[in-house]
Formats: sequence, C-alpha cells, structure tokens
Amino acid sequence: MHRHHRSETSLRRRETAPSAVEVETIVVALAGQPNVGKSTIFNMLTGLSQHVGNWPGKTIERKSGSYERDGVAFHVVDLPGTYSLTASSVEERIARDYVLHERPDVVVAVVDAAIPERSLYLLAELLLLPSPVVLVMNMMDVAESHGVTIEPRVLEAALGIPVVPMVATRSDGVARMIDAVASVASRSYPYEPRRPTILPAHEEVLTKLIALIASYVRDPYPVEWVALKLLEGDEEIHSMIESLVPPDVSEAMHRVLFQHEDAVLDIAGARYAWIGRMVRAAVVRPRVGLVGLTSKLDAVLTHPLWGTGALLAVLAIVFALTYLVGAPLQEWLDALVGGYGASLASWAPTVGVPVWLADLVANGVVGGAGMVITFLPILAIFFLALGVLEDTGYMARAAFVTDRFMHHMGLHGKSFMPLLLGFGCNVPAVLGSRIIEERRARILTILLAPMVPCAAQLAVVTILGAALLGQAAGFVVWALVALNLVVLAGLGLALHRFVLRGEASVFIMELPLYHRPNARTIGLYVWRNIVAFLQKAGSVILVASLVVWFLSYFPGGGEVTGSYLAVIGRALAPLGRLMGLPWQVAVALITSFVAKENTIATLGVLYGDVASNMRAVLTPPAALALLVVQMLFVPCVATVAAMKQESGSWKWTAVGVGTSLLLALSAGVATYQIGTLIAGG
Amino acid sequence: MVPLESLSPGETCFVGALQGGHRFVSRLASLGFTAGAEVTMVRNFGSGPVIVLVRGAQIALGRGEAHHVRVHRSEAGFNASPS
Repeated sequence: MHRHHRSETSLRRRETAPSAVEVETIVVALAGQPNVGKSTIFNMLTGLSQHVGNWPGKTIERKSGSYERDGVAFHVVDLPGTYSLTASSVEERIARDYVLHERPDVVVAVVDAAIPERSLYLLAELLLLPSPVVLVMNMMDVAESHGVTIEPRVLEAALGIPVVPMVATRSDGVARMIDAVASVASRSYPYEPRRPTILPAHEEVLTKLIALIASYVRDPYPVEWVALKLLEGDEEIHSMIESLVPPDVSEAMHRVLFQHEDAVLDIAGARYAWIGRMVRAAVVRPRVGLVGLTSKLDAVLTHPLWGTGALLAVLAIVFALTYLVGAPLQEWLDALVGGYGASLASWAPTVGVPVWLADLVANGVVGGAGMVITFLPILAIFFLALGVLEDTGYMARAAFVTDRFMHHMGLHGKSFMPLLLGFGCNVPAVLGSRIIEERRARILTILLAPMVPCAAQLAVVTILGAALLGQAAGFVVWALVALNLVVLAGLGLALHRFVLRGEASVFIMELPLYHRPNARTIGLYVWRNIVAFLQKAGSVILVASLVVWFLSYFPGGGEVTGSYLAVIGRALAPLGRLMGLPWQVAVALITSFVAKENTIATLGVLYGDVASNMRAVLTPPAALALLVVQMLFVPCVATVAAMKQESGSWKWTAVGVGTSLLLALSAGVATYQIGTLIAGG
Repeated sequence: MVPLESLSPGETCFVGALQGGHRFVSRLASLGFTAGAEVTMVRNFGSGPVIVLVRGAQIALGRGEAHHVRVHRSEAGFNASPS
C-alpha cells in the first residue's frame, strides 16, 4: 500500500525496466474540479472499501479506497475538488501537496466533457507537477446532448497523454481508464505531455527567477513550477522560498516580482490560450449559450420569487417525507429499545447481577445508545432527500436563491446547505460548514447551526406540547420553529454587525447542469453521513449518558429525588421560579444536554404520567416557557464537540453555547412573565 | 469599461479587468475570467446575485463580486457602445 514512499532513484530504475509484472500496488490520485463526477468514479472503483478520514491536521475529508484487477491493486486517493492549484484554499493546498510529496504513480484528471475548456484548466496545472497524468473526459453523454462533440484521439495526440472518454454514471469507460492508468504506471505508454507555456512577455522574467532560486529549491519541488508560482503571487511558495534563500537573492527576487505584480491574470490567460490550442481540433462546441433543460428549469428555480416559492415547496416535501415515513419508524424503534431496556433491568437482578449494574446497562448504555439508534430512520430519509437534491444540481440553485437573505447576516448562499442539514441533526450541520471557504463565514455558520431545531428537538416539543397544551400544540410547535428561525436570523445579523465584523463573504459558485441522480452516489452519501453521525454522536452521547446516569443514580441508589442531579436541580430552583418551572424541569433540561430526547425521559421518571401530573404543576405560561427554553437551549454535547472540532477554537465554542444559554433563559423568563401578566390581567 | 452587474440578461461582453485582492483575482481567473474572455449575462434581477456564462460554465456571483469584474461591451453588434 505504501510503495509510494519509494525514492526518486527507484522511480528512475523502473523507467529503464518497463516490466509491469513487479507492480503490486499502483497509487492513483483522482483530481478534478467540483461537479465533474469525480466522486461517482471514486465510488464506482472503491465502493464500500473506501476509508473516510481527515487530511492530516485539516478538517477536510480524505477519502481513499482500493480496486483490484488481474492481480494488480489500485490504491485510489480522492483529492479534494479544486478549480486550480494555487494556495488560495485549503483544498488546493492539500491537492498539490499530495501530488508533490506523496508522488502518486498516476494522477487521473477528471474533466467535464460538456465544459471542456473550463475544466481542462486544472490539467494545465497538474501537467507541471512530477506525476504522470491520465485525462478522463467524463459526462460524454451530457456533452453530446448539449451539442458538444469531442474526439478523444485527436485530443490525445495534441496533449501527448492518454485521454479516456467516460460516462461514469453508466460505468462506461472505467475499464479503459484502468488500462490507461496501468500502461502509464508501467511505462508502456509513450507518455510525452505538451506542457502549457506562458506568455512570451513573461518568459524572460521566468528565466530570471529560475536562475535566482534554482540552487535553493529542494526536492520535491520542481524549480520551474516554484518560479511560476512566485510569479503568480502564491503566498505559501513565497514564504517557503523566503526561508531558503539568502537576503541578497531575496531582494533581487522581490525586485523582479514587483515589476510583475499583475502576472497572475496573464498566466491564467496563457493557460486558457494553451487549452484553446489543445482543443481546437478535438472539440466542437455550439456558439449558442446554454440550451435545454437547465435553461428552462433555471428560469423558474433561480427567480427571486418563483425560485423562493419552489424552494419552500421542495423543503415542505422533504420534511413531509422525513416525518411521515420516519416518525412511525422512530416510535417503533423507541418502543422496541425501551422494552429491551426494561426487561433487561428486571431480568438481570434475578440471575445475580447487581441492581446498580443492571440499571447502568439498561438506562445508561441501552438508553443512551438506543436513543441514537432510534433516530437513524429519520436521519437516513432526510439525508437521502438532501442527497438527491445535491446530486441533481438543485442545491446550487437553492444556494443562489437564498444568497439574497443570507447576505444580510454576513453569510452567503453556501451556508444554506449546512443550515438545512441542521433540521436532521445539528452535528452534520456543523460538519457541513466545511464547504465555506472563508473562516469568518464558516465560524458564523457554526455558531448559527445549533439554532436550527433538529429532529430530536422537534420530537420533544411535539410530544411535550401535546402533553401540556393539548389542542393548541400544533400551532405552538409551528410558532416555536418560526421563533427559532427568527432568532437565528437575528443572531446572525447581530454577530455580523457587532462581533464577527468584516466584509460580507465572497460568493462565487458554479451552477452545474442538472442531471439525473446516481443511485450509487446517493447511497454512499447517505451511508457516509450515517456512519459519521454514529461515530461522532454515538460515542459522545454514550459517555455523556453514563455520566448523567451516575449523577441520577447516586447517592440515592436509584431514587432520582435523592441524587446529585436533584441537588443540582434544587440549586437552580430560584432561576426556575422566574419561569414558573419547578426543579424537576431544570434537571430534565440539564439531561437534555446529553441528547435532546432526554427531556422526555427524565420528566417521565420524575413525574410518572407527564400529561396529567405536569399539567397540575405548570400554569399554561410556564408550560409555554418550558417549550421555548427547550427549543433554544444549549446544543447537545455531540454538537458542542463538533463545534469545537470544526472551529478549532474553545472561544467560539463557548460563545456559541453561552449565547444559546443566555437566549434560552431570557426568552423563557420573558415568556412566563409576559404570559402571566396577560393571563392575570 | 462597465461593471459586470450592469449587463442585462442575454448581453455578451469581454472581460477587461478584475479589481480586488490577489486571492479574489486568482480565484476568478482560474474560473476563466481572464482578459478578453467572453462573458454572457444569464440572470440578473436588478438586485441580489447574478449568473453569468463564462467558458461554457454557469457561475453565480454575488452582486458585490460582479461589480469587481469590469467588462468591455461588444464593439461590433447590437449593443455597440463606446466605453
């Protein structure tokens, strides 16, 4: 697997001995711009063998997997989707560092055949790096339907590298791609790439730069590439060179670069000119703009009015589907798990297991882990719906339509998708903030995501609302969801204006052509999200529920009223009185920190029959206050852990948690006081 | 030269200059907004973000971002106007 750590010399040795027999594992890096179907190819090759982790020290997903054919193993690494290889985003840095430092045997550059010029830009950059490149023209069917004709052989002759036409959604061309990769890796392919050149006006300065830095640049960096990146104004390469060269060279270098500060645009222009020459004979594209389905759908879906209406309709369908299908499943699983827990708790002591241990397993482990499992159907359906929307290309339109509103909060449309995920579970919402480039906008999204009511929170307020308020519950729940969204918008505005000040973030986003969703891609999307949820939420919730179990079991020996938890709850009683809430409710809210659903479970333990016994204790304003607090209360422990991980900062995590605590309590007090005033007067 | 967001839907122009920080310019350049590149306005509702067609791809730009892209109106053709 790790043969790619071989040294430069073994690489040369293989050049002279082109026998493919000794090759056991070929390391392949998949590179491509976003929306070119790269993940479809990756999923097809690796399937469930894929391993998802993080790039070292980064919060960007690293996916790798293996594929085997005729005794040859292919270790496939999916590089982050990037438009170019400058250092302007983390993804771009990861992609180029991987190719430079890990030297994959072959880089497969995937391009969208429907927009050949634009997507070949990444190839122009990849060809300057040391690993050989195989070009895959994906979505040939889409290209054809848009009147774009491509002659792969002509392109291959022009570029001097293998060019493989492909329709990944139909698995068409995969075998040819593997052939090409194998023949390049074994040096049996006459690999002679024509590399892009720069404008004649810049050749002299590039030669000057190369002469200046040549003796200082170290492996694995190609000198010419480094010089070009300097000319492009690449900050990372610039500081690397600064640390290597003596002061006089640095000064000379600065003088040269100062005269060519604006070279970045020309270099990009020269790459596009090179692409133009390469595709001239191979690609025929109609002069007219976009036609067909995409254009017709977009006329409605990107319209400020109709597009917003369509978005609301789409969301209504997603939520209806999620809850109509998911909620009964959730209740069924809940009863199942609860039944197991109860029978375990009563059966275990009869065979000699200590009562406390039986209680620990039944309420701590089964209760905690079971809670997580019961929500899986709802999450799976929700992720499935979002996966379909994402894969068809609709999500980009949703981002476009919502950009108008998001702008006021210092966010842009790209924050919409993560926030939407929050309705399923806040954990993936926080993790989803990764797609936002600028740190400021990302932090803002992380802070706002917990304000989105998650599936568990909605379940709690629905059940509690019905128990405490009866008929009015339906309306109240809707009002509470609306309240949360208003608070979210207000908080966003406030944070943008007063805390995370700065320019509204930059909104640049490609709108891919609509296409038929691919079952495999969506299936793996759901699978990966569910696994991530189980790993992140499962472990944290399990530990936290054991802690809560301990606090509720000791020192009373099972009597919650005599436990540490009750002590804490009674200490908070004065605060509760401001909201008309007894100490039992405070305890329930504390346990909801582990998982929102705990509120119901704890109240059940403390009150028995929640509906009748609590109604006797709580006035209607107090009941309403409880629901408001529950809705705005601090995010659950799994979300907090995700917030810390994604923001990389305890400070911002504390700001997020503190804000929601403050908001929840003040809204609770206000609801009770005002409600009592109205009811009394 | 005029700012990109001043184009009406269907209008085609040529990129003249990009204003803004290095990172911003570099990002737009890699997406195909280079000097002389043809840009067609696809959606422009007078406020909010716009969608343009550049090098065969549809790109959504915030209105502020579009403002930093300066374009030449086509010299020959229906919309000819000196700039």
